[in-house]
Amino acid sequence: MSASPQLDIDHIAKLARLALTSEEKAKFAQQLGDVLHHIEQLAKVDVSGVEPTAHASPVFNVWQVDVPQPGLAVADALRNAPAQRDNMVAVPKVVE
Amino acid sequence: MIRRGTRERFAPTSPMSTALHFRTIADLAAALDAKQLTSVELTAAVIARTKAVEPRIHAFNSFDEADALAQAAASDARRAAGQSLGTLDGIPIALKDVIAVTGQPLTASSKMLKNFVSPYDATVTTKLKKAGAVLWGRLNCDEFAMGSSTENSAFGPTGNPWDPTRVPGGSSGGSSAALAAGEAIATLGSDTGGSIRQPAALCGVVGLKPTYGLISRYGLIAYASSLDQIGPFARTVEDAAIVLSAIAGHDERDSTSFKTEIPDYRAALTTNRGPWKLGIPKEYFAEGLDPEIAASVEQAIAFYKSQGCEIREVSLPHTQYCLDTYYVIATAEASSNLGRYDGIRYGHRSTAAKDAVDIYAQSRAEGFGPEVKRRIILGTYVLSSGYYDAYYLRAQKVRTLIRQDFLNAFRDVDALLTPTSPVPAFKIGEKADPLAMYLLDIYTIGVNLAGLPAISVPCGFTKSGLPIGAQLIGQPWKESNLLAIAHAYERAHDWSAKFPNL
Repeated sequence: MSASPQLDIDHIAKLARLALTSEEKAKFAQQLGDVLHHIEQLAKVDVSGVEPTAHASPVFNVWQVDVPQPGLAVADALRNAPAQRDNMVAVPKVVE
Repeated sequence: MIRRGTRERFAPTSPMSTALHFRTIADLAAALDAKQLTSVELTAAVIARTKAVEPRIHAFNSFDEADALAQAAASDARRAAGQSLGTLDGIPIALKDVIAVTGQPLTASSKMLKNFVSPYDATVTTKLKKAGAVLWGRLNCDEFAMGSSTENSAFGPTGNPWDPTRVPGGSSGGSSAALAAGEAIATLGSDTGGSIRQPAALCGVVGLKPTYGLISRYGLIAYASSLDQIGPFARTVEDAAIVLSAIAGHDERDSTSFKTEIPDYRAALTTNRGPWKLGIPKEYFAEGLDPEIAASVEQAIAFYKSQGCEIREVSLPHTQYCLDTYYVIATAEASSNLGRYDGIRYGHRSTAAKDAVDIYAQSRAEGFGPEVKRRIILGTYVLSSGYYDAYYLRAQKVRTLIRQDFLNAFRDVDALLTPTSPVPAFKIGEKADPLAMYLLDIYTIGVNLAGLPAISVPCGFTKSGLPIGAQLIGQPWKESNLLAIAHAYERAHDWSAKFPNL
């Protein structure tokens, strides 16, 4: 693992769409620095020729008959929307 | 003030005097069928107990008394008409607040979902309803199931019924505490890195994490999808087998759920008698293990030996890499899964955002707690350009080696026996450093990475009266065997007949 465990917290927070305070940035950078330092030991493992495991279940292609079924009613689908109008989720204007 | 001595903490244990709220499913189902008891009486007793102890335990985020009593009345009407739906009909079962029930809150113990009401049932919920269970309350947990102590809940920590100043474990700490305190007859939790087994150990109850794919995850709030699995908490192995039979099985709504025959797990407890070959992974008894826990697990090993089981030392050489592999894979998956909480379609929406796009970053900043933010940041980092191969891809390869370790061991043995947690229940607020908390998962996370079934069963108490759990790890899809092995230990010991004196 040649990558340095230097975590550019501003860049990562932006990628994660997460607004952090300056206190959070300082704290997380230090705490995650410790965790990344621990994770560095994965570099010691010889993984040459080893296939990655995405999940442990031996299931690959899953097929089933496509049968139309009723979905959620509009009222149920919108039940938890923070704002709604005319049977739609309402958001502020994106383009003026 | 309760004294710290072990004996003083135990309530009376004679079967005849055991309060309704401490009795087993097997026992209560027989009483219901014999018309010695109604579900309304049982449910009312559980509600009364819950109200009495909740101020000290806080296992529930919410509960709906009228709804539970209505379900109980419907169960009594079915039974009176000779149409009982089976063993679980009329039994109060509470679910971790990450499992969807139509019309009930579903918060994941997060401010993000504080006001969310589920529009549909999880598959396990549908199955429990079909079995007639009385669904009772929403159980506290670490926010989005991320943690090992239930201290990361946005709604406050849960107390351990054996000592409410201590944690119940986590993330399913509400599920273990509610059961141990007599606030439910059985509960469900979810286990991504030990979140069923570790709280079961810390609260002195049975907790089962089934093989990945045995139980549908439809309607379970996702943390790390390749590791998450729903499972039961119960007072006895027999009760866990009863609940497992009700909730296991292929579901077309979860493409990772496996098409396999579901046996009668309860019947298998007595048909499968051993003796078995048990493996003791030497890496699980290394430095950092509490000596009282080591001694109790050694006694469990000695018990199996005395029953004619062959005990073999085995090695899982990649054990030291489990923790790091887990925290790369789990946080990577979490950062992706939690992308859906954007403040747009559901969940918390910030009113402080300066434009439409800023809603995402501000809503997430306000809605998520510190541990969730930490894991999103770590997961985003290990998946980011330039680091993916070094962290995520490498961790997936090490995961292959970890799984192979277990499968190699299972060529020689039926199951592995280990401690569940390296430490007993610790004080609320004691572990402030995230890495120290992560290290508590060392005996449980390998099982999730390998997709195996494992169960924690009570195996004693510390001198100060805190429960100790032993973990049995089974071969994939061999829950029948695993439960039978655990049952053989349990019925020769009386740990499940001891209750906290609350």
